Amino acid sequence: MSTMAFLKRSPWILHYDASSCNGCDIEVLACLTPLYDVERFGIINTGNPKHADILMITGGINELNRAVVRNLYEQMPEPKVVVAIGICAATGGIFRECYNIAGGVDKIIPVDVYVPGCAARPEMIIDGVVTALSILEEKRAKMTGAAQIKDDARQAAGETT
Amino acid sequence: MNWLIGAVLFLILAPIGGGLIAGIDRKITARMQGRVGPPLLQPFYDVGKLFEKERAVVTTAQNFYVLAYLIFIALSGALFFAGGDLLLIVFAFTLAHVFLVLGAYAVHSPYSHIGAERELIQVMAYEPMIILAAVGLYMVSGSFYVTDIVTTTVPAILYLPGVFLGFVVILTIKLRKSPFDISTSHHAHQEIVKGITTEFSGSTLAQVEIAHWYENVFLLGFVFLFFAWNPVLGIIAVAVTYLAEIFVDNVTARARWQAALKSGWLATLLGIVNLAILSYMMLGGA
Repeated sequence: MSTMAFLKRSPWILHYDASSCNGCDIEVLACLTPLYDVERFGIINTGNPKHADILMITGGINELNRAVVRNLYEQMPEPKVVVAIGICAATGGIFRECYNIAGGVDKIIPVDVYVPGCAARPEMIIDGVVTALSILEEKRAKMTGAAQIKDDARQAAGETT
Repeated sequence: MNWLIGAVLFLILAPIGGGLIAGIDRKITARMQGRVGPPLLQPFYDVGKLFEKERAVVTTAQNFYVLAYLIFIALSGALFFAGGDLLLIVFAFTLAHVFLVLGAYAVHSPYSHIGAERELIQVMAYEPMIILAAVGLYMVSGSFYVTDIVTTTVPAILYLPGVFLGFVVILTIKLRKSPFDISTSHHAHQEIVKGITTEFSGSTLAQVEIAHWYENVFLLGFVFLFFAWNPVLGIIAVAVTYLAEIFVDNVTARARWQAALKSGWLATLLGIVNLAILSYMMLGGA
């Protein structure tokens, strides 16, 4: 199973609007239209953290959705990656000085890919997701490797005792 | 011995066939929407991926119920292809869906519970018609056994046009296609329609998907029974029926659950009228 690597051929996405102006959200949804058709890559917009492999966040994190973002991230089963879409998700953007903005997504959860732009173009978003796929594959290999090491250690311990 | 071969072949080949049908379905759907669409083997990639994911489980009971769902769907299909009793097959099929509903109810999540209720409504909508289809085939061939129905020389479709039409209506419900995809759809992944699978993830979700493949092959086999006196025509009819379902899926909007329930029972009424006329003709008329 480990050599097959189905993961990067079937990445399901969870899209969350943290406090975006909706510019980037429209571009994310544009990726699903017949023009860009990300289903070519097996990408599906799931809307359910338990089914998702990639968390796409648009907009900076505000004080009210800190807990929501962390909760969504924690509900996603491993392996998973986070893609920050647009400059607000990366640093807080033009809103970073606002009293209610905590900053970019990486203030709350680890981010794997930053897609710049205001708004990020669909081509850039698809490129970001494709980059995320290789990171996802890396994490999967590490996860199965770690499981293997744990298994070996368990067996070794079983033999000695 | 033949029955065993049929059952084993179904258990091995149905997931492959069902997955390919799902892949063709997604490709045709994409072309109808003016898209390129995913690769043909995408359903297999999806299920393979789900087995690679971490096993995140809310309660272990849900895994048990979903496994029971998969086993009973496979069992009803295997009984069918072994040439077994159609009534027993229909009851095993229903029991499978009861397990799916229980799996969704096992988790304390409002989305999951709404999904379970929607699934129950679907079962209510299609159950009378699917039994009626079995009764209709009995009246034509004189047996509830699939072996006898397949070998009958009577063209069942000519005697049962109403039953067949009714069966096609509930087939739309069973294949989870619009306008009756009120519980799980191939689209609308962000909506409450997907409620029943909300709390299933990883390999549990993969089992639901594999069960769906088994189910589709079984249902297309059921369609074949209406044309069994001529196998070539039967295969053509199965293909045309499935293509028509894809077409209907893409041109209709989702109906409310009330409409789905009414449509299911109207289809049953059509079937009952068909059977009434048939029994009148058989008894004394002609």
